[in-house]
Amino acid sequence: MITCGIDIGSVTAKGVIMDENNLLATTIQFTGYNAGTAGETVLQKLLGQAGLKREQIVALIATGYGRNSVDFADKTLSEIICHGAGAHFAIPTARTVIDIGGQDSKVILLSDAGQVLNFVMNDKCAAGTGRFLEVMARALETDLDGFGQLSLKGSTPAAISSTCTVFAESEVISLVAKGESRENIIAGIHRSIAARTVAMANRVGLIPDIVMTGGVSRNIGVIQALEKLLNLPVTVPENAQLTGAIGAALLAQRAPNVA
Amino acid sequence: MKKHKTSGKPAYYMESVPKMKKIMRNYYLKAKYARYLGKKVAWITSGGPVEPLIAMGIIPVYPENHGAMIGVSHTGVELCEVAEGMGYSGDLCSYARADIGASETGGGPIGGLPKPDMLICCNNICGTVLKWYEIQARKFQVPLFILDTPFVHTEFTKEAKTYVDRQVKDYIRFLETAMKKKFPYDKMNVVGKRSVEAMRLWQQVLNTATAKPAPFTAFDAFFHLALIVTLRGTKTVLRYYRFLLDELNQRVEKGIGMVENEQYRFLWDNLPIWHRMRWLSRAFAARNAALVADTYTSAWCGTVDNIDENDFLGSMGEAYTRIYLNIGVDQMAEKVLNMIDKYDVDGLVMHSNRSCKPYSFGQYDIQRIVQRERGLPVLILESDMVDARKFSEGQVETRIDAFMEMVGQK
Ligand code: SF4
Repeated sequence: MITCGIDIGSVTAKGVIMDENNLLATTIQFTGYNAGTAGETVLQKLLGQAGLKREQIVALIATGYGRNSVDFADKTLSEIICHGAGAHFAIPTARTVIDIGGQDSKVILLSDAGQVLNFVMNDKCAAGTGRFLEVMARALETDLDGFGQLSLKGSTPAAISSTCTVFAESEVISLVAKGESRENIIAGIHRSIAARTVAMANRVGLIPDIVMTGGVSRNIGVIQALEKLLNLPVTVPENAQLTGAIGAALLAQRAPNVA
Repeated sequence: MKKHKTSGKPAYYMESVPKMKKIMRNYYLKAKYARYLGKKVAWITSGGPVEPLIAMGIIPVYPENHGAMIGVSHTGVELCEVAEGMGYSGDLCSYARADIGASETGGGPIGGLPKPDMLICCNNICGTVLKWYEIQARKFQVPLFILDTPFVHTEFTKEAKTYVDRQVKDYIRFLETAMKKKFPYDKMNVVGKRSVEAMRLWQQVLNTATAKPAPFTAFDAFFHLALIVTLRGTKTVLRYYRFLLDELNQRVEKGIGMVENEQYRFLWDNLPIWHRMRWLSRAFAARNAALVADTYTSAWCGTVDNIDENDFLGSMGEAYTRIYLNIGVDQMAEKVLNMIDKYDVDGLVMHSNRSCKPYSFGQYDIQRIVQRERGLPVLILESDMVDARKFSEGQVETRIDAFMEMVGQK
């Protein structure tokens, strides 16, 4: 059965078309200010890639922060349940999913069967999210791709105590002024994100295996900082950024009568 | 039993509602014009002992109830900003900020509270009220009485009892001095009995929501609550709650539920999000979920068993000390578990309230206990009861959706 999952995040819009367990098409683009239009372009791109017509898609589920703007979806589901399903599909032993996206972060606890048992989301705050990293990257005049690699070269992570993005930025600036190395500062930033995430994960009660999804999972510095604090391995699935969309497409298969 | 003419009205319509509105309007009018009626006004904290005031003929006014009205009328943010402009921290309880803002500008839905002749502060709800009332006593240059209730970590000790009972005597002396007249002990007996009866009636009102479907929800309880907070000890309250109870019992008999297709039942924890009452009640109703009970409104009858109605003054110290916000987390969790069983709910919805630290502090522990003991899903919503700047619709909606999906997969 061919299904589609579209995940409209605050920063990026993601989509996949699946036939059972096979990915037929995937796409990622910026969401922009109009989530509805973003959903439409994502769908068109996917159809083009897979060489399919809209009618061939049996069910389409939208998820993510902009899910309700996708008016052609057969159903909407929260990103929590979709990330859970997507992570379970990619790594069946996953019990804890750490998802850090552009504007929020969440920790989802799964049962053996991949059902959501519990979740926490960060409060209305950019600290510990992709946006936080962007702000820091700008303050340090580097880009996000270089960020992860640079931090691995840091020998002693600088102490960054503020949990607020704005305060943390001024902390970073004063570290720069003090002549602290860029590598150490970036390592410190990653440590601070990891610490916040671990505190959140402890609230739901963390169970291995731990899987990380979302845009920030591309940052090796954050992954390593997390592993160090948790003293456990953190696995990043292939297509980590597409986890929510994949989950949506899979859930659409389970409920073909959604339409 | 009186006949209710509700035929042809939608299921949510309740005759009690306009009645309640009228009572509250009259109450505030009387308070506003107290001076012309030759009456004195006392400001008092929501958990404070109001009965002696009623016995003395003093009109009690509640800044916290006023705060709730400010929240409902969406004037909270502007009043909080006034207080913040005066230098108060944005982390201060928004009831305090709204009250300080309103007494500075006369803003809000009723143009501010009438000036107090005295202030009565009981710290059984939190420590914030101490400084808040001191500030207002200084501003209005009026006497302040503080009833200091020690925190009940595990038990209410003999020493604590002696300590609080002694202050009850001080309270009476304070009122005698302020009013320059003897305290009417006979009247106090009557008021005390009425207050106990009102609490029992309120408990019965809340109990009706054990029925399936629930004849009313926590959102309704938040509204009908105002009387047991403000005027317990008066006849008005008894009359009104009898009427309400009657109407609710009739709804139960006829099987009328407040949520049309009640499929899920939840318990609410913490203060309401006053500025989002309608939005939230619709959000849950649209998902066939009824919030059938809450820990907040039951706080006003939770300690009725500790009161000896024949010796109100002698027993109220204990009752006022053992209220929900003044006990340890284990005891709170115990109460939550009891309510989960009593109302037969499918999950717990907790409002993590930026303003109210004593209420929000133990919530993650309570969540863990509930999950361990009953295996129920728990939803945590972060917001603030009055300060709408602390509310994010998108985030709250996502959390509710995810929670409903979790409940649905059970
Ligand atoms: S902190 Fe909580 S208990 Fe204290 S006044 Fe504010 S809302 Fe009431």
